[in-house]
Amino acid sequence: MLSLIVFLPLAAALALLALPRLGDTAARWAWVAVAAADLALVVAAWLRYDTPTAGRLAFEEQVEWIPGVNSSYHLGVDGLSLPLVAMTAVIFLACAIFALRETDRPRLQAALFLFLQSVSIGLFVAADLILFFVFFDLSIVGMYFVIAGWGHGNAARSAMKFFLYTFLGSLALLVGFIGLYIAADPHTFDMVELAEQTPFAGSSLAGGLVLAAILIGLAVKTPTVPFHTWLPPAHTDAPAIGSAVLAGVLLKMGTYGFVRIALPMLPEAWRDWAWVIIVVGIVSVVYGALVALAQTNVKRMVAYTSVNHMGYIVLAVGAAGLIADDTTQARSIAVTGAVTQMVSHGLITGALFLLAGVLQDRAATYDMDSYGGLAGPAPRFAAFFAVGAFASLGLPGLSGFIAEFQIFTGSIAAAPVTAIALVGILLTAALFLRALQRIFTGETRGRSVGFTDLRAAEVWSVGPLLVLSLLIGVFPRPLLAVIEPAAEVAVELVGR
Amino acid sequence: MSMSETALWLLVLLPAVVGGGLALSRLERAAAAVSLATAFTTAALSVVVALERPRVSVPFMAGSDLALGVDALSALVAPTVAVVSLLVLVFSAGEIRESQARFHGLMLLFASAALLTATAETLPALLFAWEVMGATSFALIGFWWRDDHRVSAGITAFVTTRTADVGLYVAAGAALAGGAGLSLADLPASSEGWRHVVAAGVLVAALGKAAQLPFSFWLSGAMEGPSPVSALLHSAAMVAMGGYLLLRTEPLLASTSWAAPAAAWVGALTALLLGAVAVAQQDLKQLLAASTSAQLGFVVMGAGLASVSGGAAHLVAHASTKALLFLAAGAWLSALGTKQLAGLRGVARRWRLVGWAATAGALSLAGVAPLALWATKDAVLAAALEESPWLYAAGLAAAALSAAYAGKILVILWRQLSQHDHAEVEAHLDEEEPGTRHVGMLERVPLIALALGAVVLGVLALPPFGDTVARALGEEPLHPTPLEMAASVVVALGVLALVWWRPVPEPGWALAWLGLERATQALVVRPTLALAEALARFDDRVLDRGVAGSAAAALGLARRAATFDDRVLDGAVETTSRASLWTAARAARDDDRWFDGAVEGLAAQLRRLGRLARRPQTGQLHQYYIQAVAVLAIGVLLLVTVR
Repeated sequence: MLSLIVFLPLAAALALLALPRLGDTAARWAWVAVAAADLALVVAAWLRYDTPTAGRLAFEEQVEWIPGVNSSYHLGVDGLSLPLVAMTAVIFLACAIFALRETDRPRLQAALFLFLQSVSIGLFVAADLILFFVFFDLSIVGMYFVIAGWGHGNAARSAMKFFLYTFLGSLALLVGFIGLYIAADPHTFDMVELAEQTPFAGSSLAGGLVLAAILIGLAVKTPTVPFHTWLPPAHTDAPAIGSAVLAGVLLKMGTYGFVRIALPMLPEAWRDWAWVIIVVGIVSVVYGALVALAQTNVKRMVAYTSVNHMGYIVLAVGAAGLIADDTTQARSIAVTGAVTQMVSHGLITGALFLLAGVLQDRAATYDMDSYGGLAGPAPRFAAFFAVGAFASLGLPGLSGFIAEFQIFTGSIAAAPVTAIALVGILLTAALFLRALQRIFTGETRGRSVGFTDLRAAEVWSVGPLLVLSLLIGVFPRPLLAVIEPAAEVAVELVGR
Repeated sequence: MSMSETALWLLVLLPAVVGGGLALSRLERAAAAVSLATAFTTAALSVVVALERPRVSVPFMAGSDLALGVDALSALVAPTVAVVSLLVLVFSAGEIRESQARFHGLMLLFASAALLTATAETLPALLFAWEVMGATSFALIGFWWRDDHRVSAGITAFVTTRTADVGLYVAAGAALAGGAGLSLADLPASSEGWRHVVAAGVLVAALGKAAQLPFSFWLSGAMEGPSPVSALLHSAAMVAMGGYLLLRTEPLLASTSWAAPAAAWVGALTALLLGAVAVAQQDLKQLLAASTSAQLGFVVMGAGLASVSGGAAHLVAHASTKALLFLAAGAWLSALGTKQLAGLRGVARRWRLVGWAATAGALSLAGVAPLALWATKDAVLAAALEESPWLYAAGLAAAALSAAYAGKILVILWRQLSQHDHAEVEAHLDEEEPGTRHVGMLERVPLIALALGAVVLGVLALPPFGDTVARALGEEPLHPTPLEMAASVVVALGVLALVWWRPVPEPGWALAWLGLERATQALVVRPTLALAEALARFDDRVLDRGVAGSAAAALGLARRAATFDDRVLDGAVETTSRASLWTAARAARDDDRWFDGAVEGLAAQLRRLGRLARRPQTGQLHQYYIQAVAVLAIGVLLLVTVR
């Protein structure tokens, strides 16, 4: 089943490429249909999902691939990856619906995004390090073409910077993977086996170095401070759906790597370096929020809030490494919050970037001071943006609160000094409300005059994302029931 | 699920769902009707749950539940919130004429959040409702969003209260670490050190929401919202929830040695200083706002003094009284277009019902016996005297100040207008908005109910009913001595008389709400924005340039390598090939010149020899004879010598 979910979009992409005379409308709707079909398959998998035993995966598929290095085509999901797979499917469907209004080479764009969807889902279900790495790099390649091909502003330069920076990071990641392979006995790239073996048990220097390599690679992708400077230009110059996928899906590949690879396979090194990870998380939270506060370009501002939100995740998984007997429940709550934040941020920031895309479409500028009183001509847009802004600042009733409450409760109980990061929720509140004020309230002037309100494609792409966030915010149990067991297992694994 | 449990869920969910739907819809004319029906049902449900005392819970997150329950305290507070919401919405149906769906929707959402706060039994549930109240408050303060300053005031309110709410997040983490779980009733059982953190967090959050010092300034800006918003949120419900939280967690405060006294003193100080601020105000809504903060100081004092019954009674009575006064102010604002006290002179004579209702409220606010706020304030002061005479003195002084500002209102309302006064009042007409010169039925009816409350609700603190309330809340009833009662009566009447006779002082520091907003702007807001700008510049110029610089360095290195490759490596190859060509040319030349030359030379010599050999062939016979003789002679010579 997982192979079908992963490769269905790719097959559709190839089909689209093979039909050069397919009409634009047909191509767009085909994309929507395939994305919807994939989402249906993911939902079916979710309904049939049963929590696997600790250390194993559900819906496993394994086929020999490169026997010489003991690397197999191994797929599987558990409570950490299934929500991310679902989120990916939802975000790509939303992008497909948003792109129903695309007029610039829709067939090629659809094929590219379907390719990206395959690659993204493939990464989240990969249970082999080589497979993970292949999908990791292919995602970078795919996003490069999205930004360079359909971006605006300084697209070529931003795409190049994104590509080189994150690709360099992925090389560090590869070094780490090879380190894991060499230290494993028997040598293997299989994630399940490596998590069982914990290859560097006892050799803290080597383990620390390998962890450093892996962390640097993931830190560039996440991104954490100080490796984040590729993110603002990439987002500012990417098309709306490109930004939504970049923020919603690609950034999660970095954070997912923390809980899937680094934490279980290098528990000793993780425990030794937990404080460094926590500090990086806190710095990302505060720095990201402060720099976002100073922005006048709304898309750049949301990009920096992504740095802030990813910082919460890094903080929480770092706190999970501070072993003390009576903090097991707290650390488990922190990791649950981190995974919830991955899902929540994907939905919310995806929605916000699609809405920012509306600004670009109507008035070709993201500068907040060019607008004013936009709630007059575009009340629906204002309402959607307000909901997205409140969701992003962690208002209860939406998914961000569920994530942030758990992250803070768990982290503060494990390491009280992490309370410093609470400044982040104040700063994001201030910056989002100021943005709402500058763009939507006051006198209608500047580019707000004659602004067309949201059209059907925009409503039906952004709306479901926000509704899902609301549902998670009010009924979190279905999601948390999947994540909590896996989070407990992860905390157990890091304590070995 | 039983009927009462369903009622409890509906109490919270009905206004939320209807409110959310209304806020997003375009329903204009039906909005008020839908809203009033919902509010009425909610009020009825609140009475039902107050009588039945149900408890419900569902698993939520962080190992804790979303648990709701009605006990004696909630049974007092929840119906208060629901009934005041209903009355304010009735008023709004008459007052708010534009964007009605959005207004009523947001008000219902707020009511739902307030009711959830009043019935929450766990920290996640409480924090959930707490923050939603803050968000609806922002949306309602900035309701007329075309006015930038109103939205700014809303942002200030939201961010300030959120800063205080951080305390609840910290408290949640500390409660989890303390081992007692996230249930509000279990918080006092947390382990020693963590308990202090929990208490501190809860205290800060409550003080922020209740606009106590040092957070009071946000309430001033909140007056930019429509008057019904001020009446519901910023007097009766949201700020009151701050006081309610302290009443609810009174056991936690009492279990630490410092939290309860801190609460009592902060409450007393706020009542005193904000009372002075209220006295100095020239704008009716600002006066009422400062008064709200001061009166909630009494509630906070009650919580700190373990007088939950006194505090709760004061909260309920104040809700009724203050909502009444704010609605009256709203009615006058929409009728005359002004809320400046100077422009409201003698207004009680113009619309008698509103005037008399407001008078009842003002007298209650002044603490005139036997009206509501006199009785409840006395209950709190009695507890204060038990604790410390200084606290009692501060409380009594604060009571005197409330009489002063209530008296100020009364003087304005009932002033006989001279010619000069008429002119001044005319000057203030329509200065804030165009007035309708009319107060409708929907705006007057709620005032009657609220005025009744302002007069009668003192029974919650007076025996015999007050004793029942106290026992239900688990306390021994505390009765003020006749001396204390006399003191409060004398103070109230005395100050009222004084104010009637002479105008009150209006010092600048008090008028500016103690300068707290300016201080916050200077000490917190501007430095934060400056830091944000500095870090953004750092990010662009240093970090990003660092990246771009290393990329440029890599490119430079690549170029230098390319040049090296072209000039040095490839040059060496070229030079080598040129050298070998030159060597070859030299070799070819040498080959021609020397080797071949030698051969040619030899050949030339041989040709010479050959030419030389031809010379004797002259054809002259006599020369041949000489040659033959010469050769013979040489031959004979050779023969002779060799032998």
